[in-house]
Amino acid sequence: MNQRVRLNMLVTQVLIISLMLALFGRLFYLQVGAGPRYRDAALSIQSRDIVNPAVRGLIVDSSGVPLALNQVGLAVTVDRSITDKQTDKGIGVLTRTAKLLGLRFTDVYRHTRLCGELPVGDQAGCWTGTRYQPIPITKSADPDRALQIVERADLFPGIDAMPVAVRNYPGIDGVNAAHVLGYVGPLTESDLNATDGAHYYRSESIGKAGLEYQYDSFLRGTPGIRTVIVDRKEAVTKESQNTPSIPGDHLVTSLDVTLQASTERALADAVSRARSIGYRADGGAAIVMDVKTGRILALASYPTYDPNIWEKGLTVKQAKDLFSEATGVPALTRPLQGQYAPASTFKAVSLVAAANAGYDLNASYSCPAQVTVGDRDFQNFESKAQGRLTMKKAIAISCDTIWYQIAYDEWVRDGGLSPKSNANDYFFAAARGFQVAKKTGIDLPSESVGRLPDRQWHTDWYNANKNYFCNYQSRASKKELTPFLIALAKENCIDGDKIRGGDAVNFSIGQGDTLLTPLKLTQMYAAIANGGTLWQPTVGRAVVKADGTVVQEITPTVLGKLPASKTTLDFLRGALREVVVSGTAAATFSGFPLSVSGKTGTAEVFGLNTNGTKKDNTSWFASFAPSEKPRYAVVVMVSQGGFGASTSAVGVRKIYETLFGVTGSTVDPKKAVFPDGPPTKLPKISATTKVVKK
Amino acid sequence: MSTEQFTKRGRINRRSLTHGFDPYLTGAVLGLLVIGTLLVYAATRSWYAANGLDPQYYLKRHIINILIGLFLALGTTLIDYRLLRAYTPIVWGIGVVGLIIVLIPGLGSEINGARAWISLPGGFQVQPAELAKISIIIGMSMILAERTHGSDQPTHKDVAQALLVAAIPILLILAQPDMGTILIISASVVVMIAVSGAPSRWVVGLLILALVGGFTAVKVGVVSEYQLKRLQSFVDPTADPQSSGYQLRQSRITIGSGGFVGKGLFNGPQTNGRFVPEQQTDFIFTVAGEELGFLGSAGILLLFFLILVRGFRIARRSQDPFGRLVCTGVIAWFAFQAFENIGMTMGVMPMTGVPLPFLSYGGSSMFVNLIGVGLLQNIHARQRG
Repeated sequence: MNQRVRLNMLVTQVLIISLMLALFGRLFYLQVGAGPRYRDAALSIQSRDIVNPAVRGLIVDSSGVPLALNQVGLAVTVDRSITDKQTDKGIGVLTRTAKLLGLRFTDVYRHTRLCGELPVGDQAGCWTGTRYQPIPITKSADPDRALQIVERADLFPGIDAMPVAVRNYPGIDGVNAAHVLGYVGPLTESDLNATDGAHYYRSESIGKAGLEYQYDSFLRGTPGIRTVIVDRKEAVTKESQNTPSIPGDHLVTSLDVTLQASTERALADAVSRARSIGYRADGGAAIVMDVKTGRILALASYPTYDPNIWEKGLTVKQAKDLFSEATGVPALTRPLQGQYAPASTFKAVSLVAAANAGYDLNASYSCPAQVTVGDRDFQNFESKAQGRLTMKKAIAISCDTIWYQIAYDEWVRDGGLSPKSNANDYFFAAARGFQVAKKTGIDLPSESVGRLPDRQWHTDWYNANKNYFCNYQSRASKKELTPFLIALAKENCIDGDKIRGGDAVNFSIGQGDTLLTPLKLTQMYAAIANGGTLWQPTVGRAVVKADGTVVQEITPTVLGKLPASKTTLDFLRGALREVVVSGTAAATFSGFPLSVSGKTGTAEVFGLNTNGTKKDNTSWFASFAPSEKPRYAVVVMVSQGGFGASTSAVGVRKIYETLFGVTGSTVDPKKAVFPDGPPTKLPKISATTKVVKK
Repeated sequence: MSTEQFTKRGRINRRSLTHGFDPYLTGAVLGLLVIGTLLVYAATRSWYAANGLDPQYYLKRHIINILIGLFLALGTTLIDYRLLRAYTPIVWGIGVVGLIIVLIPGLGSEINGARAWISLPGGFQVQPAELAKISIIIGMSMILAERTHGSDQPTHKDVAQALLVAAIPILLILAQPDMGTILIISASVVVMIAVSGAPSRWVVGLLILALVGGFTAVKVGVVSEYQLKRLQSFVDPTADPQSSGYQLRQSRITIGSGGFVGKGLFNGPQTNGRFVPEQQTDFIFTVAGEELGFLGSAGILLLFFLILVRGFRIARRSQDPFGRLVCTGVIAWFAFQAFENIGMTMGVMPMTGVPLPFLSYGGSSMFVNLIGVGLLQNIHARQRG
């Protein structure tokens, strides 16, 4: 062998050995370096999790009557991963399916679109889940028709029918309770990516609103997971784990089916009565609370909707109607999401303020037809002079001008437009003591907070808006350039950050910028009734396991005490009783065999309806009973419902009739909803519990 | 396998068997054959059972292939390799005829876009391109080892002749086309020219030719769409998720998921679920990767390493240029084929349909691989001193 051959041999050996070393290196990287990553990748190739959804817990009333339960429905589902691949993108098969099931194609089409696939603002009825799961177009298909889909798979590629658990709100005794119960629906991407630690499976349904949402973690249960190892043909070769599903816990509420149904009827009646005498009456709320615990015994919102439409498969029209102004936005839970000026019901707060400021509650005060504050006249509501009145009587007949004078005097005392640094602000302090600007903390989602327009609020509001008001002529639209609005803007620009005399006067009668939710007012009146304790309202009473063991009792929580002495509260309760005896609500309650205390409210609302008409007054009646030994607080509110006494108070009277077992002017305690007070023991839970007829 | 065994039968010229067989080479090859048998069984048993077929179908056939191959290897060792030169034209001629037959419609069968097989009665298929490897190595060695001009090294004419001997089968394989085999043969040809002592410009020229040839093959379209797809999926594994890319990704995942110690023989879920297609043939290494882990796979690499090192040793010690060239050719072939195959399963080489020597299921490949080992042992056994 010559030199070159030797050299070439050597080079060849080195080359080949380095190739082998390269293989070693790569092998080490794949199996040791990147091994864990590939192990995960392999696992996701081989294993399939089959989710067996847990049975959702029941929601029952305080005596065990089911408000929400589960039924077996027949779902017809669309597999987008198949239909999207069809040449017509599945239009043909969806059309056939819609025709077979007697549904509208547009509804079926929209149900199977992800929300993001539809233009913004026109997404009603869209699928809130993901593309990777069968999308149900109905869960209550006719078995005969569904069978055709299964049998003629060639005509319906990508369509399937299978039995599914359907959440059902049985509506026993005509109860609706849609707003309290809420509804369940498919998971969205954001639910799946939620950072709150909740772990969901794609095929699960979760609570979307109301109690279903609030107590979802209990009600949902834990789905069973069967993990199987599959081969390339997706045939199952092995089962690697199988955890059974754990049924969800039941929720016992403090609601009562009979009372709830009656409250809903009373509210609906109040609305139609207001409409029959010409008011617009576009919505309402009615709440019954146990004043000793803050528990909610009934909570109704008007207008309402059938809570079962979600599971039945919302049509596009139904979905749009839920949020449409024309239908009164039925999706809005008015008792806790609607904000309204409390009007005269707020005088309870003013009375506490006056007492704390040292006004003699037993003295007489004049009730003129009007009081002039600055350059404006503030009228008595009925523009009638009543002469001199006791404070009690003034509350009873709802004199406004007394409060104008007291509020104005206090405003002047606090420095007027150049407020003292140590201003007493008795009115604001009293409102803060009633926790007007705090949420009630009810165990229902999306509660709105009231508005207490105190000095801080005015400053904040001014800072946010002064640029607009100080440049009103250039910023406002042409329509808004009326002489009145221009003058108002000028005024706001100059001293919008100050509490003006007019603001103080308006505040004392619950007008102006003050806003409350009906639930907040209920909480306040319950506190007046029970001696001054502000309770956190609750709907849930206990979470109970399927086997009956109690998981969690929801115990009443005290949020605070009213800023009023016992004497003041005693006087206030007496005055509120007088409202029903000889005041604004006397006619409504005439002949009622039980003593009720309460206050009417008729709030002026500024602004126009969409059709250009001026908005009607908000009608309020806030009450508690029995007067001597209060147990229940009942509030009814009808927005644009006219007078408090004629619209809302009538509704309240009907609710009390059911509560106490009143027929005409006689009481039958045995017919009362709670002959021995609201139940304290937890009921037995069964999907078949019936209402005990009294 | 001692030399005495054969002498007893009186079939071996005792004088020419001065060394016997290289025991390391024998051991490494037998080791790979045993491991390969287990892996072929592991790759096919559960899938075949799950589909209602005989789980030992491949196992049995694989063992038969090995036995035939060992028999052929022994036969190869019997004839003194120096005499083998006399048969070279015949061996080469058979190889070329096989390659021509394969291209004739009706005689050759097309599988995976390549006309590479001749179907025989009884469901057997032979792959003439495998035999062509031996033909080329022996043919080139003969020409390059001839010293017609009394020169110490091959002349330009010798090299040109040797290349012609290689070019005819290569062109025929190109017509199938079987790019993997061409790649391996070409690399072996360059190595053989280099160690033949031929003028350096030939080596440099061939390397340049390989580059230009590869480039134009892709450009002009000699490489079929099927080939291009495989090449593309090497560059971008997501390009065609349903076929080549899928296979490559599955292959890498299967090896990677084995980790350091592996899932245990017959226990690989990727293998048992048959996620890597063609696993008992071209992707047999993935079974080792998943079930035997880094320890087992590295062991296989070490056995290959041992075969190559011993092969080089035999080549270096060879008494004559013919033996040296045959040895180097066989070793280069084994090395490049193993590198191409294992590299492909791990995603560092493009996907071509070449089996892994000694491990993959497949008769033709098994036979010629063992004949190659027979050649190495033949040369080893007849070394002096």
